[in-house]
Amino acid sequence: MEKAKNDIHKTGYGTYVLIWLILVGLTIATVTASGFNLGDFTLIIALLIAAIKSGFVINIFMHIKFEDKIFKVFLGLAFMTLLAVFVLTSFDVFFR
Amino acid sequence: MSDYLSGNNPGSVQSEHEEHVHRDDMSSKIGMWLFLLTEVLLFGGLFLLYMAYRVKYTGNFHDAALELNMKIGTFNTLILITSSLTMALSIAAMQRARKGLSIFLLVSTQALGIFFLINKFFEWSAKFHHGLYPGSETLLNRPKGEYIFFGMYYAMTGLHALHVIAGLTLLTFMLVFIIRNKVNPDNYIRLENSGLYWHLVDLIWIFLFPLFYLMR
Repeated sequence: MEKAKNDIHKTGYGTYVLIWLILVGLTIATVTASGFNLGDFTLIIALLIAAIKSGFVINIFMHIKFEDKIFKVFLGLAFMTLLAVFVLTSFDVFFR
Repeated sequence: MSDYLSGNNPGSVQSEHEEHVHRDDMSSKIGMWLFLLTEVLLFGGLFLLYMAYRVKYTGNFHDAALELNMKIGTFNTLILITSSLTMALSIAAMQRARKGLSIFLLVSTQALGIFFLINKFFEWSAKFHHGLYPGSETLLNRPKGEYIFFGMYYAMTGLHALHVIAGLTLLTFMLVFIIRNKVNPDNYIRLENSGLYWHLVDLIWIFLFPLFYLMR
């Protein structure tokens, strides 16, 4: 039951460097993708890549993947709140 | 989780020390995350406004965005991502009791943050030079959507830059704490929480970048 100190998850240096390489790669990908004229898809692809990048930052750099469940619940609730606000506003913005 | 709530932890680490300082790293981290979530809502509101205006003035937004310097934007994105790496590595070094390395990586993080701000300064200066600043004659004569685009650009990247400055200040405190051994391999929660703040600043930029610079 006791949570010993050395129980704390230590992410290796290599993992962080790997995530950094992925993030750099995704940045290059999003800049390249913006060069093509894909109409409405341009924004969707850009936001999709941004979402993937934030997934890596939140899970590994910000350590959420290794935290207790309560952190994930907090984050999930905040995300759902933000999503609800965006979706509800979208109805007004797009269908006015 | 239950051991944090029950309050009885007989074999606690603290009992080994002479002084009984109350410490709860988990609560500290939860507090930090709650604060970060309020930051997300703050920027979320601005992103919401951006969405609404972009839908209303699609053409104008597109025209105005072409005037932003994509190269500086991309470069600054890479700088911030790298600073996030050095921040994470600084904490990893502290966990492994490598104080010198941790300090070096923390100072590198700050250097990259300052580099980001310097680029931002030159970018904004160039815009000001072309008469593109809120309330300028040039902008007032442009279509309304372009005026709004630059308004949002200055408001959002400006607020973000303020967060970078706040982060740099926070990291300076951490540097002093590490040097004075207030932050050490047994107690580095303050460094971790500062790291969370720094990553959040990076996270916000990850969304600002495509929305302003990549609208070609």
